[in-house]
Amino acid sequence: MSEIENKAENGSTESAGEGSAGEAKDDKGLGLGIIFFIIAFVACFLSGTLLFPKLLYSKKEQPFNFDHALHVSEAGDCETCHSLREDGSFTGIPKLATCLDCHYEDVLGETEDEATFVEEYVSKEKEVPWHVYSRQPDSVFFSHAAHTEAGGMDCVSCHGNIGESTSSRPYEENRITGYSRDIWGKNIFGIKKHSWDRMKMDDCAKCHKKETGHQGYCFQCHK
Amino acid sequence: MKVDRRSFLGLGIGAVAGIAVSPMGMKLTDDSAIWTQNWPWTPVPVDGKVNYEKSVCSLCPGSCGISVRKIDNRPVKIEGLADHPVNDGGACLHGIAGLQYLYDPARIKTPLKKNGANFEKISWNDAIELVAEKLSNMREKGSPEKLACITDKEQGSVSGLFKRLLKTFGSPEFYTMPSLESYLEITASALHGKGKTIAFDLENASFVLSFGAGIIEGWGSPVSCFKANASRKTRHAQLYQIEPRLSNTAANADRWIPVKPGSEADLALGISSVILKNNLFDSNATSNFKGDLNKLAAVLQKDYSLAKTAKITGVKPDDIKKIATLFAKAEMPVAVFGKGRGDGAQSLKELAAVHTLNCLVGNINKKGGAFVKPNNQYLEFPDVAMDSIAKTGFGKNKTGKYVNQFFEEVNRSSQSLIEALFIYNANPCYTLHDTKKIKKALDKIPFIVSFSSFLDETAMEADVILPSHTFMERFEDVPSSGGLVKTVVGLTRPVIRPLFNTKTPGDSLILIAKALKGNIAKSFPWTTYDKCLESLTSRIWNSLSEDGFAVLSNGMPGDSQPVDVSFLAKNPASLKAQGNYDLTLIPIDNMRLMSAATASSPFAVKTVSDSVLKGKDIVVEINPLTAKGLKNRGFAVLTTPMGKTRVKVNINEGMMPGVIGMVTGLGHTFDNKYVSNKGVNINDLIGQVIEPDSGLDAAFGIKASISKA
Repeated sequence: MSEIENKAENGSTESAGEGSAGEAKDDKGLGLGIIFFIIAFVACFLSGTLLFPKLLYSKKEQPFNFDHALHVSEAGDCETCHSLREDGSFTGIPKLATCLDCHYEDVLGETEDEATFVEEYVSKEKEVPWHVYSRQPDSVFFSHAAHTEAGGMDCVSCHGNIGESTSSRPYEENRITGYSRDIWGKNIFGIKKHSWDRMKMDDCAKCHKKETGHQGYCFQCHK
Repeated sequence: MKVDRRSFLGLGIGAVAGIAVSPMGMKLTDDSAIWTQNWPWTPVPVDGKVNYEKSVCSLCPGSCGISVRKIDNRPVKIEGLADHPVNDGGACLHGIAGLQYLYDPARIKTPLKKNGANFEKISWNDAIELVAEKLSNMREKGSPEKLACITDKEQGSVSGLFKRLLKTFGSPEFYTMPSLESYLEITASALHGKGKTIAFDLENASFVLSFGAGIIEGWGSPVSCFKANASRKTRHAQLYQIEPRLSNTAANADRWIPVKPGSEADLALGISSVILKNNLFDSNATSNFKGDLNKLAAVLQKDYSLAKTAKITGVKPDDIKKIATLFAKAEMPVAVFGKGRGDGAQSLKELAAVHTLNCLVGNINKKGGAFVKPNNQYLEFPDVAMDSIAKTGFGKNKTGKYVNQFFEEVNRSSQSLIEALFIYNANPCYTLHDTKKIKKALDKIPFIVSFSSFLDETAMEADVILPSHTFMERFEDVPSSGGLVKTVVGLTRPVIRPLFNTKTPGDSLILIAKALKGNIAKSFPWTTYDKCLESLTSRIWNSLSEDGFAVLSNGMPGDSQPVDVSFLAKNPASLKAQGNYDLTLIPIDNMRLMSAATASSPFAVKTVSDSVLKGKDIVVEINPLTAKGLKNRGFAVLTTPMGKTRVKVNINEGMMPGVIGMVTGLGHTFDNKYVSNKGVNINDLIGQVIEPDSGLDAAFGIKASISKA
């Protein structure tokens, strides 16, 4: 008789008459089951919380390090480089031409990064392929002018204190969507402490509700 | 401790619960939602600064001003330029699709050299050296006149440089492709003297008698014509359209007068006959006729009586009389020639007969009439240096008067009449009648240099290709043409950095001239074409570079013009269509398809209706009376003396009985999957018929038969 048949036979015997012995076994099995449950629960919860983000995002280094703090102190405020055009559209990350307004001669400073900038991009007249931390999906229309000019918001409200950073942190790209981790926020649970920790639709809606009394309609942003 | 199935159950439930409580599910749901709303394979336009550049469209001779919308340095849209003297903000479908030519799959990306049946890439230096070496050998042998050149037009600095190179090299063999502009000049030359052209004041005319001119189908400067036609109703102006087919223009006209194909000249002469006989002419105007008017009148009375004209043309005698009376008595009448787009085959008899109507009713250089004005003269070329070889060569007779005769003579001659040929902005292997014969003639020319931007039917025949920038990548002056009243020069300018290893045709010529050294190099003193253009147009350069155009003359020429009708007084014979079949195949020009040097864009081809092109099959138009036995939208075999082809049939009463209409501009065979191998090229089916008195190819069609496939 095979092992399987044996088991089947035992099973049928258990269900037929050995009620008390079966109960004792059940309790034991339940206890073990709970232990396994807890182990699996904890392991999966931890991997879903800690390992999953590591797998979801790929880290990319910026082409070279950029010192925002230094540039702010040399050039002035954010608008010097991240300006609005005449038609109200936002320039975003400045193009090489804007950089050349100051970097028109050889290397200005002594950093290795600036040497890379001049050698790789300025002399080759190539745009720097920056990874943009705050780029929103293309299904969203967003006007900077409406917020900063009309709404009087400051840059920090959404972008945080990036102007004080002295180095470029790695850009984390979502492997599924291709967008930056900054949109969801660093915290994988989506919990935020500051207004700039997350840039999801709910965050827009919440602020709109607070400032304008209405969270806004779909077509205002999803044209 | 025994691991049983409950343990596994606990493990499984624990894993699911752990994952469910972790943010993974929520995050993956959100990410997949974002992913599906932004498919990574959907191209997203790059953001940047919006800016506009003024330029001129050079796809057809219309010379419309365009405003190119750019995001940073990338052109993304072409719009009509507001307040431009030619098109005032309007644009046609070809113009707005102009950007597609930049990325055309048939673009030539680098100089090419023929090696056997294929092309191989070469450097610019090697290409120029190769051309210069061949040309130097010709001069050394003392036969510079064996270099010929074909371009699209007489006017403009690039054609000017080609002519200049030929002259200093020592050859008179400069030809242009047939165009409305060339016909306007030929007509003006026959009736009013050399160096003049004709314009029609369609904006003001109160009665337009159009002999097949497709006023809303791409004739002349299309956008300007659309606007003039659109204002007709508010001006209470009338349009009578004379042609065998109910074209869009005919449908839009006050009256459509169907006429037998090829008898338009006879109808015009019949109308003249009525005007002369009934004293409807303007006696002040007829005083400008220098001789031969009486002779012409006699010819008209004899051969173009109402009854005879009616028989030839198929138009009722009463209608002829009525048209003549309406035309002569209209306040501002104008008779317009140039069938279809006006760039197909035409006979001088027809051109002259129609224009004589203008001369008889005295509307020359009057508001709403026909303007006879001097040719565009705004380029100031320095003198050409010529040595004795050049002088001897340049003094020799041309092989043919016009490009058709040129090809015919090359084919006919047993010797090598032409040893080298330059071709720029022309596609004779596609646009001229009997394309096989044209290819045969090209085969007889040992060295062909093409300056084409696209590897089209003619460029395929070349031995060396010096590829040109497209009009969006270069500077060039664009003189207005196409019978426009205003004389305007536009400046086409680079709106994008050249995408490929191409050059401005002017620069290629300057390099060739410099490589030929001596007097030829001396005649091309400029370092670049852009500098050359600036110096040639120095008088108007400021306005060209700032406004994008310069208006040379706005009003009508004030002077009266002498009229010489001796050509018509000789009573030239009307040409017959070639062949012995019962029906006549005629070309139809459709606004949505280009049929000149530049092929239609993929966008334009997509706009063509199913009644013109169904899938890959061309649809011919035929009258129900002629289409006996044929099924509407069914297949048929069309046969002409030149060959046969399978077509689909569109049976409708908008085509005269006895006539088959086939659209032009289809049936390209070069490597462009969006445009080529759709339909057939009508020029494969029609042979040329040279008008003996003028030398023009005047084949208005060809005899044909059609039967069920």
